[in-house]
Amino acid sequence: MRPLSAALLLGGLLAGCASAGARSTQSPAPTQAARAASQDTTSADRAQYPSTYQRHPNPPVLIRNATIMTATGQEIAGGSILFRDGRIVAVGTTVEAPADAVVVDGTGKWVTPGIIDSHSHLGVYSAPGTQAESDGNEATNPVTAEVWAEHSFWPQDPQIPLAIAGGVTTIQALPGSANLIGGRSAVLKLVPARSVQEMKFPGARYGLKMACGENPKRVYQSRGPSTRMGNMAGYRAAFIQAEQYIRRWDKWNKDHQGDAPQRDLKLESLAEVLRGNIFVQNHCYRADEMVQMIDLAHEFGFRIRSFHHAVEAYKIADILAREGTAVSIWADWWGFKEEAMDGIPENAALVQQAGGRPVLHSDSESGIQRLNQEAAKAMYYGRRAGIQVTRDQALRWFTANPAWVLGLDSIVGTLEPGKMADVVLWSGDPLSVYARALQVYNDGWLVYDRNDPAHQPTTDFSIGRQP
Amino acid sequence: MIAFLLAQTIAITGGTVYPVSGPKLDNATVLIQGGRIAAVGTNVAVPAGATRIDATGKWVTPGLIESGGNIGLTEISAVQGTNEAFQRVSEVAASFNVAEGINPASTLIPVTRIEGITTALTWPTGQLIAGQGVMIDLDGATVEAMLVKTSPAAILATLSEQSKDEGGGSRAGAAARLRRVFTDALEYSRRRPDYTRAQMQQLAASAADLEALLPVLRGQVPLIVISNRRSDIETALRIAKEYKLRLILAGAEEGWQIADKIAAAGVPVLVQPLDNIPTYDGLGARYENAALLARAGVKVVVIENDTHNARNLRQQAGNAVAYGMTWEQALRAVTLSPAEVFGVADRYGSLEPGKVANVVVWTGDPFEFSTGVEHVFIRGREIALRSRQTELMERYRVLPPKY
Repeated sequence: MRPLSAALLLGGLLAGCASAGARSTQSPAPTQAARAASQDTTSADRAQYPSTYQRHPNPPVLIRNATIMTATGQEIAGGSILFRDGRIVAVGTTVEAPADAVVVDGTGKWVTPGIIDSHSHLGVYSAPGTQAESDGNEATNPVTAEVWAEHSFWPQDPQIPLAIAGGVTTIQALPGSANLIGGRSAVLKLVPARSVQEMKFPGARYGLKMACGENPKRVYQSRGPSTRMGNMAGYRAAFIQAEQYIRRWDKWNKDHQGDAPQRDLKLESLAEVLRGNIFVQNHCYRADEMVQMIDLAHEFGFRIRSFHHAVEAYKIADILAREGTAVSIWADWWGFKEEAMDGIPENAALVQQAGGRPVLHSDSESGIQRLNQEAAKAMYYGRRAGIQVTRDQALRWFTANPAWVLGLDSIVGTLEPGKMADVVLWSGDPLSVYARALQVYNDGWLVYDRNDPAHQPTTDFSIGRQP
Repeated sequence: MIAFLLAQTIAITGGTVYPVSGPKLDNATVLIQGGRIAAVGTNVAVPAGATRIDATGKWVTPGLIESGGNIGLTEISAVQGTNEAFQRVSEVAASFNVAEGINPASTLIPVTRIEGITTALTWPTGQLIAGQGVMIDLDGATVEAMLVKTSPAAILATLSEQSKDEGGGSRAGAAARLRRVFTDALEYSRRRPDYTRAQMQQLAASAADLEALLPVLRGQVPLIVISNRRSDIETALRIAKEYKLRLILAGAEEGWQIADKIAAAGVPVLVQPLDNIPTYDGLGARYENAALLARAGVKVVVIENDTHNARNLRQQAGNAVAYGMTWEQALRAVTLSPAEVFGVADRYGSLEPGKVANVVVWTGDPFEFSTGVEHVFIRGREIALRSRQTELMERYRVLPPKY
């Protein structure tokens, strides 16, 4: 019996040109994928909604004489980067241009890895934002682990090209936070496409959206949960069911006695969390609640990959570092509700200082367009408070660290030979307010060029609506 | 008395001064006396006993003016008990003045002013006519002490998707209703005795609301109209012309499409440069809006309408520059232009002798993320760079905290 994540990898392989999927046979895939492949306890013996992503064919590209920020500790002045067939070939000061390469003059410009947003609602809360596009919260039950964000995702969301123009190459599209357990996330290459399947990052594992605090208890006030203790009881009840579900399947997989247990989409998602195949992505604001959620994870033997929003992460930065849980946060949002009152702009810097893993996320169709600016703000707020933050660390907040949150850090998030060629060319220092993304390469494809209308994708939505 | 005055004398010396009203001055002095700017220049004599602030290598500008939010009127957006900007009584709430709802102890005020924003227009939110906004300095123990002027800075109206319901579900209905309110206000002002004898037809709003509109109809108080769609902006321009209003447009996401027309009407625009998400109320929203309006000759005021993060006014202005405004236009758009638009340019918006001493010393370009605030003066008083947020940071910078 094939485990779910292996099925997805195979889907990528069948697609043929899917560079990440193809690569995963050669370079180490995220470590837990290997572990998952050795387990034989899942309930679905079939490929489920496989990725049909294919790398767009394009010539090799050499960007030369730019300042290259690799997100591996280096900022190379007068540097060059060469990529071919969707992969970075070389980064350094002496890179030869192959005869067939398109050469881009990077003089006075900067190069970074493509931006990764660990928390987006693009496609599930699409523009123009009417009720017709409101597909992010299945707010009909506090636990809807059975819903998948990809089944809501609209590839014609006109917000997608705006995010691409901001240098974003990969997103995690999440269900909303109305529910205790809101459903599965979709990890996507941010490229123009007719279907979400064509965007699904080959081999990427799903995330499971969970939410603490005010939102679920407000939404379910009348039927419950209506309190934070009710929230906790709700998560626990769900995972207890999932444990039982795993036992049922384990038993049947072993003895094949009688009918197979009935598939339950809700419990399957939760079981995959317990098996370590799906990452928990947990919306949680308050420090004390995050500590409760860590206890919950310990009770059921899973790990929370990242807290999201986490405006009070700085209060427990030591605990988060010890747990190895990332925090996906804003630079400076605060005050929109009570659990967000203690947000401070030094949050990322303080988490970094404690040895944690900060991520600058957007949760916003507007903010996703300038995650570099949000990281810059957070870095400089930290420095002004006397907290040492390097430019490389700040860059990692929106590249390598979110890649880790998605389990894709061996594939994207840095500029290193062998990595996927997700590359952004900036008009200036990306940590300046005046910098704009000039070119965005996704898997080596020039998906956006500010100076060339032929490389400025538009969605169907935007066609014929403007004078 | 002399000692008292001297104690209030502050000389900011050696900085690069951007007066906004004139070209930048290198190695210049800004002299503050008694809460006002006494002198600005490269040749200013510093009185003996003045407090000297060395601004060598720093940038000195007027305090920034925020014109897009509800500061003082909101503490926690989702907690209704802390929100004062919206009055539910009527969808024509012209007499609703927000001033007494302002909480001088709001935590948002220190959070905002320590980032160099010293003055704000604080708005009501509402329906067809939301009420009266006021201008405040972000310092003072009482509302009276904070008010920049006692009269309303503007009355706010909306002609957009948001106010259709007040027109029976149609934009045309909303425009017609607005006209009826204005016409009735004029009628009311001519026939007050008839009104008190109840010998007038039913009017389109309460007497208090009609009364409150008279300064708008006399051109004494500007009317801000929030509109985004080009056709709504055109409706606002049309109505303003019919009633000879001092119109200020706000939002104006599609304003760039008719920038020349707005410029020809002499109508200023409050723009949030980072608005670019398409909705049916503004499919043409784009980052270049502020720049294109300014290029056409429109007086642009840059705003940040997230009240909790009014401090990001700097980021809005910086992005306006990234997308085509000149840096000088952007600085003006957050200082002198809002002062002019709201009728306080005689006292605010630039560094000139006689003006209120709202002054900020920055480590560099105020729009850059790398720049911090070194000193903030509001009415000549130096503001401690402390807020609830800085205190939370200090409490938790070493873990575990010492409670």
